[in-house]
Formats: sequence, C-alpha cells, structure tokens
Amino acid sequence: MDATMLPEVTAAGVIVKAVIILAVIAAIAGFGTYIERKILAFMQRRLGPTHVGPFGLLQLAADGIKLFTKEDIIPQHANKFIFAIAPVITAATAFIALAAVPVFPDFTIWEWVPFLGGVFVPSIAADINVGILFVLGMMASGLYGPLLAGMAQANKWGIIGSARTAIQFLSYEVVTGLSILAPIMIVGSLSFVDFNNYQTDGLWMVVYQPVAFILFIIAGFAETNRTPFDLLEHEAEIISGYVTEYSGMRWGLFFIGEYANMITIGIIASVVFLGGYNDFWFIPAWIMIILKIAFSFFFMLWVRASWPHVRPDQLMWLCWKVLMPLAVINILITGLVIMI
Amino acid sequence: MSLEQFKDRNVGTQNYVKLDLEHTPTEGWCKFKQVVKRTFQPELFQGLGVTLREMINALFRNKMHTTKYPFEKLPISPRYRAVHDMLRLMESGNYRCIGCGLCEKICISDCIAMETKYDENQRKEVSEYTINFGRCIFCGYCAEVCPELAIVHGGRFENASEQRAGFSLFEDMLTPMDQLNQQQEYAGFGAISPNADENIKSTPLAY
Repeated sequence: MDATMLPEVTAAGVIVKAVIILAVIAAIAGFGTYIERKILAFMQRRLGPTHVGPFGLLQLAADGIKLFTKEDIIPQHANKFIFAIAPVITAATAFIALAAVPVFPDFTIWEWVPFLGGVFVPSIAADINVGILFVLGMMASGLYGPLLAGMAQANKWGIIGSARTAIQFLSYEVVTGLSILAPIMIVGSLSFVDFNNYQTDGLWMVVYQPVAFILFIIAGFAETNRTPFDLLEHEAEIISGYVTEYSGMRWGLFFIGEYANMITIGIIASVVFLGGYNDFWFIPAWIMIILKIAFSFFFMLWVRASWPHVRPDQLMWLCWKVLMPLAVINILITGLVIMI
Repeated sequence: MSLEQFKDRNVGTQNYVKLDLEHTPTEGWCKFKQVVKRTFQPELFQGLGVTLREMINALFRNKMHTTKYPFEKLPISPRYRAVHDMLRLMESGNYRCIGCGLCEKICISDCIAMETKYDENQRKEVSEYTINFGRCIFCGYCAEVCPELAIVHGGRFENASEQRAGFSLFEDMLTPMDQLNQQQEYAGFGAISPNADENIKSTPLAY
C-alpha cells in the first residue's frame, strides 16, 4: 500500500466523500439512538422500541418526523441569535472533525455513472498531516455549542449546564492531549495514515501504550459527554442542562453531534490504539475497522448501562490529580525508553 | 420473624448486622492507598459483567421481563376484586341470586340497585339489577355478604370508559348459558375457605 500509487485526489472526489460522510454519519448518528435504546433495554431486560416497523427499526423515522414537526420554541429572554446557532456549532464541528479521520476504504466511482464516472474517492476527505491535532481541536471547539446554548437560553438549569461544560472542558482536555502524546512520540507523526501504517506489521499500539489507551478512553468519555461524565445534561440533577429550553430539530442537532462525536472517538481509538484499518488474521481490513468502531460504540452504551456518573468536582479531581500525573509519567517513561 | 421480635420497638437492642466499612482516610498517604486500591480492584468490571450477564439472560435465556400488555396478560389472583360476575347453579342453570337484597343494603357506595318480584312458583325473581361502576369502589362487601355466592368478583379489570357512569345489567354479568360448563367456582373474597369443614361446630342446643 504505497501512497504514491493511489490516483490523484480531485475536488470532485473530496466533495463526494464529504457528502458520503455527511449522509452516512448523520444516518448512523440517528440510528445510534435506536441502538442505544435497544442495548440499554436489553441490559435492563426490557424490549426497547418494538412497535414501529420490524423490531422497532423504523422508530428512527418516527422520531425524525416528530422532531421535524415540533414547534421551534425560542424562550422570551434568550439571546436569539446565539440560541439558534449553538446546536449548529455542535453538529458542524462534529462533522468537520470527521473530515480528517479515515472513514470507509477508498474507491473509484464506476465509469458509467454520469458526471462522476472514474472519480477517485479518498478514504480521508482532507488528508492533512496534522490530522490528530485537527480532530482533537475540532472536537474540543464543539463544546462551544453546549457552553453558548446554556448561557443564551436565560434558564438557571442552562447556566448550570454551561458552567459544568466549562468544568468538564478544563478537566479532560489536559488528559486527552497528554495521553495521546506518548503514541505520537513513538510513531513520530500526527497523521492518521502514519499511525495506521505503523501498526500494519507490528503489534497494536495498545500493547505498547496500555496506560495511554485507558487514559484516552476516559478522556474520550468526558469529551463525548457519555455516562460516567455526563455532567452537562444529567437529568436527575439539572433537568437537561444546556438542552433544557431546546425543542424540535435544534434539540436533535445536539444529539446528532453527540453521536457523531462518539463515532469519531471510536475511529480515533481504533486507528491510534487498536490497529487501524489493517487486515487481522483472515478478517479483511474494512470489516476490522467497522468491528472496532462498533465495539467502541457498544462499549460506551455498556458503560452507560453499568456505571453511575461522577460529580463535577470528582471529575476535576480525577483528571488533574490522578490522570494527568499518570499521563506525564507515561510520557516520561516512553521518552526514556525511546532515548535508550 | 416471630411476633415478639416484631413488636420490639426498642431500637438498638435487636440483632443488627453492621457492615464492615472502613473509615474514610484523612491523611494523604492513606488517601493515596485507597485510590490505588480502588483503581486496581476489578469492581468496575464486575459492574460491566452484571449488565452483560443480564443482557445475555434477556436475549438468549428467555428471561425478558417485559409483558406486552395489551397482547398478553399476567394471571391475576383469584382474590382480585374486578368487575362483578353473576354465577349460575351448575345443575339447573338457574341464576343463583335469590333476590335477598343484602348486596344492595351493604353496598357502601350505593351503586347496586335491584328490584325483585315473586314469579308463578312464589320464588323470588330478579326483575332489575344494575351496578353503577362509576360509583363502585370494588370493596368486595357484596361478594362477601352474598349467602349464595351468586355475586362474585370476576377478573375483568379493563373497565376504562369514556363516561363516568358505566352501568352493568344483570344479564351482562350473568354467566352465559353456553359457557356454563366453563364457570369457575369463585375462590376469592367471601368464598368458603378451604378448611371450612373443620371450622364447623355443632350448634349448642341448650340456650
């Protein structure tokens, strides 16, 4: 798999890729709500959605119709512009982050397709050589969505939600950066392609960097607001946090963004730590990457069904007093081993 | 638990089992040890194991809790007090009600109304009998007081309606003649207890 052998990436190919990512990930993100409800139901020995379509599969369509036709309420004292734009920030940054990660294998469109015949569609929409930095930066800026939404809606629960957003951001971001620094030091590159190629022949990165993997997973849970750290919108404490006043499709955009972020974290964990899109034994590469992403998605739901969530101060304590020293020690040891 | 233990209100003298909880550490080194201990204990993974086990139980071992209610119903207790039934005599098929009016008298929410007359055999015949289910509180007194076990509580509990007053007529509650062989003897409120024979005492003759 020499990179120079691949056909040239044209603008048309990138646009096709962007449309594919937008359509497929948005659909999967919607479908993720169905999967989540089903898995959580099974783990509590319930059935989950069953009535709409076979096995409740069309529940997604029913929910979509409901979301689209609901009234779009903007509270009286809200800052209308920021209130309207905040969910777009969350969803847009989640999809922009997906531009720089490898999603699906590359392929060439058949010749007989009108206008687009013979166009090469790359596996990464924007193959920039600082992919990891870009993706982490984009996902971090996605937290502007909850922050602005909570502050714009003139609601005390929203304010608490956005305060918690700030706390969460200050807590996990240091761990994300430091934990992924050790694999970067080993590979010596910030490009996902280099990470993937590094693990083509050798062992998976998780064997070399188990501590970094665990730290990254913990930080990833905080980054996607999943259950042990779902402080922003915890229903039992702050109603729904930053989404309290939202309704209809604006509310839905937050969740499309959240599920897209879950997929992104799954892709990063798979590519950086779990062997990427390489063949494994007899299983072809594209099945392996889908399996890995699906397992990381399932793991997030599994954790949500199993574990209680922590308080904001506990999250900050955990990140700054436990995880950050561990990450620094991990980097130190990695550096020493590389030096020797 | 015996009754004496149950009535003992002197809290603190009973045999409580105390959990063997450690004290919360105050010094830095002890806190650190607690963190390390909790980090490397597999407690979190035990939690994951529990949920996965329940999922496997539900999916593959047929232990799903859900009852799809309108399509399947759980069996209800014979003592459950739902909408009334009027039973028939198994031998003749006549209704058991003798028109004594005790149920009408005892009904505390005044929802039973009945009219009786003598038929050609000088036997009491029920000419009108209604129960207003908008008022009925399903206390079970009518079934308990009925000397013939004629009015009993059935198992039909789905009696939501669009009107507050839902009257039920005698004929509606009476066991249909073609289903007489399926009529169950009532085991619930007011029925004869299984050990009724043992409780029978000879009537003292000398007053």
